[in-house]
Amino acid sequence: MNLETDNRLTEDLLRPVLHTTRRFYVAVAVFSSIVLCGIATWGYQIYNGMGVTGDNWPVFWGFHETNFVFWIGISHAGTLISAILRIVNATWRRPVTRCAEVITAFALMIGALFPLVHLGRPWLAWWLIPYPSERGIWPNYRSPLVWDFFAINTYLLSSLLFLILPALPDFALIRDRTTGWRNRVYGFLSLGWHGTPKQWHRLESAMHIMALAIIPIAISVHTIVSFDFSMAVVPMWHSTIFGPYFVAGAIFSGIAALIIVMALLRKLLHLEAYLLPLHFQNLGKLMLTMSLLWGYFVFNERLTTWYGNSPHEMNVFWSTQNGKYAPLFWTMVICNFVIPFPLLTIKRLRSITATVIASCGVVVGMWLERFLIIVPSLSRKATSYSWGAYTPQWPEIVILCSSFAAMALLYLLFSKFIPIISIWELKVGQHPQMKAAAEVQDAEAAGELI
Amino acid sequence: MTAIYGLYATPDGAQKAFDRLRAAGISENEITVMSSEPLEEYQFGSRDRQTVMPWLAILGAATGLTAAYFLTSLTQKAWAINTGGMPIVSNWTNMIVMFELTMLGAVFATVLTLMKTARLPGRLPKFYDPEISNGKILVGVAAPNARDADIVEGALRSARPEIIKSV
Repeated sequence: MNLETDNRLTEDLLRPVLHTTRRFYVAVAVFSSIVLCGIATWGYQIYNGMGVTGDNWPVFWGFHETNFVFWIGISHAGTLISAILRIVNATWRRPVTRCAEVITAFALMIGALFPLVHLGRPWLAWWLIPYPSERGIWPNYRSPLVWDFFAINTYLLSSLLFLILPALPDFALIRDRTTGWRNRVYGFLSLGWHGTPKQWHRLESAMHIMALAIIPIAISVHTIVSFDFSMAVVPMWHSTIFGPYFVAGAIFSGIAALIIVMALLRKLLHLEAYLLPLHFQNLGKLMLTMSLLWGYFVFNERLTTWYGNSPHEMNVFWSTQNGKYAPLFWTMVICNFVIPFPLLTIKRLRSITATVIASCGVVVGMWLERFLIIVPSLSRKATSYSWGAYTPQWPEIVILCSSFAAMALLYLLFSKFIPIISIWELKVGQHPQMKAAAEVQDAEAAGELI
Repeated sequence: MTAIYGLYATPDGAQKAFDRLRAAGISENEITVMSSEPLEEYQFGSRDRQTVMPWLAILGAATGLTAAYFLTSLTQKAWAINTGGMPIVSNWTNMIVMFELTMLGAVFATVLTLMKTARLPGRLPKFYDPEISNGKILVGVAAPNARDADIVEGALRSARPEIIKSV
């Protein structure tokens, strides 16, 4: 790549970091206000107790747990996809990886907050930390909630490192192009990076090893989240399929979130030259695969339940097929399968707009899926005296909305301080050998299009 | 004099300077190269590839596994609760914690090895040039003695740098 192209690329990707528009402040103000509303509502819930939510006997898990599982699922977009693409050396990954990794970091933070939101006394959350106890509390390593603690924190720490380490050269780039406080801050963040061959090799080796380590971690996280349910003898929860079913759903919703974020970044930060239709096509194909896999798991889960015909499970089964929860169930099927399937299968329809529409459907559908896993089973337990209903109340709805605003706000702030596309990785993709490899991969991809 | 270096606009130019320096008798270890992107296709960019990082990651994983085993089993043994004859150390469920800490150990070991071997965090070299961030490639020699300084400058100049600096 010649110097002119190199510098144009750097300028384009640093523009959102170095120049702030009025639109940015407006967006920050709007999202911050919604987040503040959410925090105030949480305060209201703490002050008045959990009675202000729809949680009541026998349904003690409602919106907050749905949000927890949903956001942990969304987190699978990033680091997992980025790690897989890095290991298989998919050349088209370069502009996508950081956009994806950021989703993981923030979705995990937001997701991990919901068990605290659900606690009536969140200041006692530290009791969950399983160290040899001096307080007369036995740290129970048999509890899936303790497994969650380890799994989510491992994934969060690994994902943050996986996100930050390849950003060091970009911090150095900003350090060299700025003065004043920015120069000092980015100088500190770049840790003295100066780009010797040794540093580059070590960074790439580290990223490769971490990519290998992060894939099993990511799979374990959502498997363990599924254990929160499948370890309990509750109708339609106690199933061996839950682990892979949750992982597939998580990757599915994660890709959808990534596509939406990429489309927004492309439009708002004018990254049309970097986030190409090819990226949306490839991610669209990946999402189609996951849609089929998700459909396969749903079919398996439903068929075995129906065939087994256990009365307790059939109560839950029929409540979702043609009972109280049927409208939500069929909306979920439409969002997760009926809409994405034609849009992503027919090559002519697979445009950026179509993949975004399909993704919006999938995000809604996957949130409904999490809700339908949790609430119907709890409201139709084995004995009919423990049947009940769940109706969400306004605090839960406000907190749900504010979690989306928090995601948008955190993403916005991140893209303000760190280039949302890895500049050095994009430059490597422009090397003649890499370009030739990319052209071969693109030709192969084009050949297998439906 | 701390260093003499040249800034090159292209990797080919930097490779030429690297070759000329070696031909002039400067050893590879004395030559410093800095760039804003990895250039592994070139000889100067493919130095220092050998690393023990994967082995240290495995060692970190083993450390994490051992720590997790002791954390879970010693904690469970410390509380002699009545388990109705069942084993007090439940390895099947502890395995989940062991797996997570094993992977965390591998990740931490990898990051620590990166930090140590890439000398991060550290100070910028005295002859670091911000022009590197504009795509230039720095090829230079740190602290050449008076006799070598002329040889180094000649070798760098023969590869047509954009600029030559002595600091």
